[in-house]
Amino acid sequence: MGVMSPKARQMGSADAPLPDACDVAIIGGGIMGLATAYELAVTSKLSVVVLEKSYLVSGASGRNGGGVRMQFGDADNVALMMQSIEICRSLAQQLQINLWFRQGGYLFLARTEEGQRRLERNAKIHKEMGAPTRLLSGAEALEIVPQLHVEGVRLAAFNPEDGVVFPWPFVWGYAGQAQRRGVVIRTHTAVSDVTAAGEGLRLSLSTGESITAGRVVNATGAWSIELNHRLGIVLPNHPHRHEIMSSEPLKPFLDPLVADLATGLYFSQSTRGEIVAGITMPADPPHEGDGPPPIELDSSRNFLSRMSKVLVQVMPLTGSLKVLRQWAGPYDVSPDGDAIVGPSPGLPNFYQVCGFTGHGFMMAPAVGKLLAAHLAHGKAHPMLERWRPSRFADGTSTRREDMIIG
Amino acid sequence: MPKRTFVCRCEDVTLAEIDHAIGLGMTKIEELKRYTGLGTGPCQGKECVGGLAALLCARGLADPDRVQPFTARPPTEPVTFGALAAAGDDE
Ligand SMILES: Cc1cc2nc3c(=O)[nH]c(=O)nc-3n(C[C@H](O)[C@H](O)[C@H](O)COP(=O)(O)OP(=O)(O)OC[C@H]3O[C@@H](n4cnc5c(N)ncnc54)[C@H](O)[C@@H]3O)c2cc1C
Repeated sequence: MGVMSPKARQMGSADAPLPDACDVAIIGGGIMGLATAYELAVTSKLSVVVLEKSYLVSGASGRNGGGVRMQFGDADNVALMMQSIEICRSLAQQLQINLWFRQGGYLFLARTEEGQRRLERNAKIHKEMGAPTRLLSGAEALEIVPQLHVEGVRLAAFNPEDGVVFPWPFVWGYAGQAQRRGVVIRTHTAVSDVTAAGEGLRLSLSTGESITAGRVVNATGAWSIELNHRLGIVLPNHPHRHEIMSSEPLKPFLDPLVADLATGLYFSQSTRGEIVAGITMPADPPHEGDGPPPIELDSSRNFLSRMSKVLVQVMPLTGSLKVLRQWAGPYDVSPDGDAIVGPSPGLPNFYQVCGFTGHGFMMAPAVGKLLAAHLAHGKAHPMLERWRPSRFADGTSTRREDMIIG
Repeated sequence: MPKRTFVCRCEDVTLAEIDHAIGLGMTKIEELKRYTGLGTGPCQGKECVGGLAALLCARGLADPDRVQPFTARPPTEPVTFGALAAAGDDE
C-alpha cells in the first residue's frame, strides 16, 4: 500500500463551485490555511472558503522536514508547542488519516560554550513549563544514538516528546475533514486582488470569478510578501530559500531528530525510513530592484556537499548511505523570529497568519485552534497579542526566540 | 487490469489507490505523487511516471501533447553522502 489510508475524504478541486459570498475566505491551502479552516468548521457556523493558487501541498507545507519540538528558547513558544504536540497525539484519529507522527525526541548537540549556555538556559525554562527536557553529556547522548561521533560535544539536550511527522498526509487530513464539514476548497485558483466591498472585502480570482467575504485570512506563507505588497500592506517579513534532502530508506534505527547547534545540521529518520536532512546555508544575495523579492526554489550542489561533509562527521556510518533526492522550499522569515498574526495595519478585516520562518508546520495545529477561536468567538490569546502585525510599525517588536533552525 | 496491479513498485502504489485518488478529485501528476507517494522511492519515478501519464491520458484527464512528469529532483542517480562529502564545492 502507498502512504494514504483508503478512508480519506474528497478534498479540494479546481472546479469546486464557489458561493458569491462567505463569512471567512482563507487565501492559501497550506497547513496554516487548512488547519484554521478545519477548526472554524468544527467550532463555528461560519461559512468558509479556501482558495489555493496551485495544489494543496505545493508550498512550504509540502516541502518541510516535519520536525515537531517543544525545545524552544522562549517560554511562550514552549507552552504553544506543548499544546501543539498534545493536539498531534489525537489528531490522526480526528482527521482519520495516518500522520506518521512518531515521538522519538529531539537531540540537540552543543560544541561551543555559547551553545552550551543556550541549552542550559533552555532546560531551566523547560523545567518551569513542565517540558521533560534532560541535559546529557556526549557519552549519554551515545546511549540514545550510538552511531554519533560525539567528540567535542560539550552538552546535549534531549526531549523525548518531540518528534517528526510526514507533512503530506497532515495537510490532506485537514483538507478532507474541513471539506466534509462544509468548507469549500478551490484549488488552481489564485487571489489576484482584494478590494473593499461594503462591510467586507471582495477577492478577484485568476479564473475571472470573484467572491466577497466578511473577513479574509492571508495564509500564503512566503507568498504573503508579494500579496501584501500588491495590497499596499507594509510588513517586514522576507522569503528565504531553504534546501533539504532525503536518502534511500533504511530500517528504523534512529529515534530522535538530531540537531547540531554549531553547524545548523539537522537530520531525522522518517517513519518511512528515509534520512531527511538540512543545514544552515549562507543566505542568497539580497534581491535587487523594485518590488517584492521572488520566491526561489532552486536546488544546489553546494548544499549537498556542505551538508554531506558535516553529516558524515556527525554520524560516520552515513558515508555509505545514498541520497535519493533534494529540493528546496521557502521560509517566510520574520525579522524578530516571531510569527505575524492578526489584523493588517490599515486593513483590519484582512488577517495575516504568516512569518512562521522554519517552524510553522509544527505550530499550525495550535495556531489553527487559537486563530479560529479568535475569528469565530472573539477569544483573546497571549500569542495573538505578541504576534500583532502592528508591532513593527509601533516599534514594540523584540527578539525573544533564538532556537531557530535552518 | 486487476486492481492489485502496481503502478509504483518502489512505494507499492496500486492501480486501486490511483483510482481512489482520482475519485477524490486529484488529476495532476504533482498532486497524485504527493497524495499516494508514487515516484518517491529509489527509482524516483523513472519506472512509474510514464505509466501514470499514459493512464491519465487514456482517461481523458491529461493531454498527451502537454502532460509533464513531476519536477525531476537531483541527483540524477543515487549518490552516497561519502562521495558528496569528498567532492569539492560548485564555486
Ligand atoms: C525545507 C524546509 C524545512 C522546514 N522544516 C520544518 C520543520 O521541520 N518543522 C516545522 O514546523 N516547519 C518547518 N518548515 C517551515 C514550514 O514548512 C512552514 O512554516 C509552514 O509549512 C508554513 O505553512 P503555510 O500554510 O503558512 O504556508 P505554505 O505551505 O507555503 O502555503 C501557502 C500556500 O498559499 C498559496 N498561495 C500563495 N499565493 C496565493 C494567492 N495569491 N492565491 C491563492 N493561493 C496562494 C501557495 O500556493 C501555498 O500553497 C520548513 C520549511 C522548509 C522550506
